[in-house]
Amino acid sequence: MSQSTPTAIEHDKLLRRAHARHMVARVLTYFMLILMTVIIIFPLLIVLITSFTPNKLTQTWPPKVIPSSFTLDNYTSLFQRMPIGKQLMNTVIFAGAVTVFSVFFDSLAAYGLSRIDFKGRGFLLGILIATMMIPAMALLIPVYKLLASMGLVNSYWGIIIPRLADVGGIFLLRQFFISLPKDLDNAARIDGAGEFRIFWQIILPNAKSAVLVVTMFNFMGNWNDLLWPLIMTSRPETRTITAGLAMLTGHGSSVTPYGVVMAGALISALPLLIVFFFIQKSFVQGIAMTGIK
Amino acid sequence: MSTTTGIPPAQSADAAIKENKKTLSRRNIRIGLSFIAPALIVLSVFVFYPTIKTFFTSLTTDRINRKGIFVGLHNYAELFTNADFWTDFRNTVIYAVAYAPLVVIVALAFALLLNRKDIKGVGFFRTCLFMPYIISLTVASIAWSFLLSPSLGLIPYWGKVLFGIQHMDLLGTKSTALATIIFITVWKNFGYFMVIFLAGLQGINPDLYEAASLDGANAWQRFLHITLPGLLPTFNYVVIFGLIGSFQVFDQVFILTSGGPDRATETIVYRIYTEAFGNGKMGYASALSYVLLIMTLIIGVIQLVWNNKHEKEEIG
Repeated sequence: MSQSTPTAIEHDKLLRRAHARHMVARVLTYFMLILMTVIIIFPLLIVLITSFTPNKLTQTWPPKVIPSSFTLDNYTSLFQRMPIGKQLMNTVIFAGAVTVFSVFFDSLAAYGLSRIDFKGRGFLLGILIATMMIPAMALLIPVYKLLASMGLVNSYWGIIIPRLADVGGIFLLRQFFISLPKDLDNAARIDGAGEFRIFWQIILPNAKSAVLVVTMFNFMGNWNDLLWPLIMTSRPETRTITAGLAMLTGHGSSVTPYGVVMAGALISALPLLIVFFFIQKSFVQGIAMTGIK
Repeated sequence: MSTTTGIPPAQSADAAIKENKKTLSRRNIRIGLSFIAPALIVLSVFVFYPTIKTFFTSLTTDRINRKGIFVGLHNYAELFTNADFWTDFRNTVIYAVAYAPLVVIVALAFALLLNRKDIKGVGFFRTCLFMPYIISLTVASIAWSFLLSPSLGLIPYWGKVLFGIQHMDLLGTKSTALATIIFITVWKNFGYFMVIFLAGLQGINPDLYEAASLDGANAWQRFLHITLPGLLPTFNYVVIFGLIGSFQVFDQVFILTSGGPDRATETIVYRIYTEAFGNGKMGYASALSYVLLIMTLIIGVIQLVWNNKHEKEEIG
């Protein structure tokens, strides 16, 4: 008895110490996380703040994080400098059309490459995987010349058509389709369902998360793309918002005040950020799932 | 799209396969190809054809507005003896070799922070940290160009106040410009890899950690012997994806430095753009494209070899 009391006290002490250490680690983790998160989103906050800062106040030294007054002038000035409504519409049409058709064609191809067993499938798949390695830049010159010879520069058709299928999307969807149980479509096949119906009513609904990821990546990639719309458009009214924005700053523009550029940056980023906030949970989960495959 | 199957409903799929294997296999080729056809047509015209066409163009002196003459491998010879090409090559390789591990380390660090069981609000932090990945490189570049501007930016100001650095111009100085672009790209992209790492971490069996703790392994040992090996497949994906992606650096360079100062940030892709669409030298730019293509293929082959080895280890 007399011996067990000190051990019990010691044990208690150890437990408390472990608990204290755990608390310190937890507080430290929170501190690190909050600090790092602030640092990471700081540049985005600066875009937001500067877009509402009077031009004069962005040019003062020392620079301030929070200006002494706010204004909407940058936005009115932006609307005078570039056809922002038209460019937003161009971007929605470009990114939207490409995404809808590409995801459809990609998933059709992925179905053919995963659920139908035919001779030459492996060969086709090999070619597609090799294609994935080809840098977009290496294809740009002949594609541009081809479209230019058809008079499709500065047109929706010209910018949309070459993107109607995407090897990365096909591959990602195929990896997902192949992991679905074979009984799924065999049962339907025995019931006499056609292949397209199996694809549309059985495989696609079972691959929602992969389809969501491919859709969002496609939309994001095209919305944010700079090089392709830059090459395929030469007039402000035919540009996408990202290319228009790039033209506003640095290259080929007389110096545009930072406040105005930031207003443009915010307008160009906002639609994607809004979409992201609505679907973020399933999107992030989908990326995680497709990424470790 | 064909919707007839030719299989009597009462018959099992297996029996049908045995019965008319030939018709079935022919039917499967037809169906398979018809599913792949739309994508295949697009890819043939805009990927397969241009891949071959670029090679033939690289053997000519074609310009953007007129046809040139066939010169064999002259463009390649000119390219490999040009000092500027080797600068671009070095920049591209440095960029890739520095970016891929950096983005992996940053992403893994954040994933480990977020993977703690006792942390609340993981979803919130994850969303915030993922945000730079959603915006375009154009927007990211604009934000950083303002923050780094030597005459207006907060970072040079803080550099002066905190460290006494006079006239800090990270993007305008030869020795720091490329590193700054790499840093900005890591900032923009790490969120994507973080999410993948998080999933990888959550896929590791928690019993392993418990067993290791009982055996007296400390936190570092557990990280080294359980976490890292558990993340190996994720590493493979992330590093290769990061490497291949970093051969294509364009937007940041275009907006932030135009390849300067003194070619310090000029990458191969940026050079292709200026040669083709600035100088109109399509033949020369095509040769550059093919060099880039071959560099990427080498990485791709390394990945395939690695993957095969890895899969064999898993099976064996």
